[in-house]
Amino acid sequence: MSGRVLVGVKRVIDYAVKIRVKPDNTGVVTDGVKHSMNPFCEIAVEEAVKLKEKKLIKEVVAVSCGPQQAQETIRTALAMGADRGIHVEVAGKDYETLGPLQVSKILAALAKKEDAQLIILGKQAIDDDCNQTGQMTAALLDWPQGTFASEVSLEGDKVKVVREIDGGLETIKINTPAVVTADLRLNTPRYATLPNIMKAKKKKIANVKPADLGVDLTSRLEVLRVDEPPQRQAGMKGSTELSRRDS
Amino acid sequence: MAAVGPLARVARLGSSICRNHRLILNRSSQRRGIASCIDPAHGLTDEQKEFQKVAFDFAANEMAPHMAEWDQKEIFPVETMRKAAQLGFGGIYVQPDVGGSGLSRLDTSVIFEALSTGCVSTTAYISIHNMCAWMIDTFGNNEQREKFCPDLCSMEKFASYCLTEPGSGSDAASLLTSAQRKGDHYILNGSKAFISGGGDTDVYVVMCRTGSKGPKGISCVVVEKGTLGLSFGKKEQKVGWNSQPTRAVIFEDCAVPVTNRLGEEGQGFSIAMKGLNGGRINIASCSLGAAHACVQLARDHLLVRKQFGETLSNNQFLQFKLAEMATKLVASRLLVREAATALQENRSDAVSLCSMAKLFATDECFNICNQALQMHGGYGYLKDYAVQQFVRDIRVHQILEGTNEVMRMIISRNLLTES
Repeated sequence: MSGRVLVGVKRVIDYAVKIRVKPDNTGVVTDGVKHSMNPFCEIAVEEAVKLKEKKLIKEVVAVSCGPQQAQETIRTALAMGADRGIHVEVAGKDYETLGPLQVSKILAALAKKEDAQLIILGKQAIDDDCNQTGQMTAALLDWPQGTFASEVSLEGDKVKVVREIDGGLETIKINTPAVVTADLRLNTPRYATLPNIMKAKKKKIANVKPADLGVDLTSRLEVLRVDEPPQRQAGMKGSTELSRRDS
Repeated sequence: MAAVGPLARVARLGSSICRNHRLILNRSSQRRGIASCIDPAHGLTDEQKEFQKVAFDFAANEMAPHMAEWDQKEIFPVETMRKAAQLGFGGIYVQPDVGGSGLSRLDTSVIFEALSTGCVSTTAYISIHNMCAWMIDTFGNNEQREKFCPDLCSMEKFASYCLTEPGSGSDAASLLTSAQRKGDHYILNGSKAFISGGGDTDVYVVMCRTGSKGPKGISCVVVEKGTLGLSFGKKEQKVGWNSQPTRAVIFEDCAVPVTNRLGEEGQGFSIAMKGLNGGRINIASCSLGAAHACVQLARDHLLVRKQFGETLSNNQFLQFKLAEMATKLVASRLLVREAATALQENRSDAVSLCSMAKLFATDECFNICNQALQMHGGYGYLKDYAVQQFVRDIRVHQILEGTNEVMRMIISRNLLTES
């Protein structure tokens, strides 16, 4: 096995920012707004780096799809311990309509190209909350998937994943190559250290275009309108007779 | 307006509710530098932004939740500082061959400014520790550097800077602590006052008199805790800076090996002053962080508090006051960063600029924090609100590492000396 892990990282609006809807209701304001790595992607990077430190895998490759600024997110992954990065350039209109289907096609193509043993992604992004990319990538590759992972262990050529599901915890064992998506309690991401940030400068980020991977970016979805959640209304006081009747 | 505050942030992490040590509601996320004109990331390189991000994250997660408790219980947060050291914050501008991070003065200023938003007092101590580590790194010989610096950079050991005495504060060159040469030891006699970390730290960088009167008779020696004749006064009770102990350091026939002297005899005062140039930028940076946090807190309060039927943010006087605070903050930040760059490049105006930056930033930032407290009304006076701690903590920045009056002396001397 190649011992190579692909980690997808997404640049999203920072979790602490107050989101504002654009006046034309076509989306949210992103210009001049603080962005950072999706928190679940941080957890994914941390898990991959941990596996490398345990010497269970050999190389961690961080991938991000987006415009020039996506490189900042890849640099953060490199500062956390990833070995090299791949920036898939998607800009302008294509970036606005970029969704899980397109990203999973890109990741599937890269996984084959890089001969990846494992793909680790965050379970969902905090901007669209889609929770689809991991699952779609696995389907496109016809690989097994361990989603909502709160524990991951490599055992030979299999991966044991403890999944957080509605009923509690489910443990599964899947063959590699596989896709794993990280849930909140999988680990606590490390802070990048000052020396690692400086070392990250020397690590390589390759530039790739979706066309080079043979991926068609056309979206099957069209966003019609974006609105704020409705204002919280005052509650109503029920009459006491009603409640006695119901009990 | 969309739902404001904690609920919105929790909802954005989907099914994952409050990861307690990361998602600190109310206090810390508001200090992350979101409001754009005062964003401290402006003008920085990508690498500096990365450093700043780590420092902000560390401040928000590891320091801000405890800052009130450290102040109230007077806790010296050794474990937290060691965690900071693991990230490279123990010897930021110390050379890498002895464990430092080898960064520039500007990088250092950016880092301390960000850390300060989490706890001013602890960050200020970390900056003093960094200053001592740098002095040993720069003026020590190889044996001294290798003996002391690695442990200081990892914060396995902590350091204190000992210059001030009961009889010599601003007039530092008149210090009296004597160091009599006896064979291969100096015998130290005297006492130092107001020493940050004194009694709890391991390595003391002490300026003492080996020669005759004046600055040229002063040398710098490193005294280790546990040396016979080294003792400490009572822990002082202070208005702020309570997460670091302050004590007198007393020398009674304290024998220090001559091999612990940094540089030559008579070089001590110059070493002390060079240390302080950087120290002044660091302290000014801590004031910047506090002021930044306070502007964020004031802004958020104005958007929430209602009087006379509308939010305070609709009141023109308060809008203008906030604008003035923001302007002074950015002006202070620019001066501090310019001084850091000048010091890094060893420019001829570096010393004056460091003094100007310390003078201006500490004064203005205190006023900003004080104004922010005023904007909170009665709530600003309660210890439940962080703004009062920022005010108390940065008040002393106008006094130590050279009073702002001494800063004026340095600047006027530069202007009035015929050259």
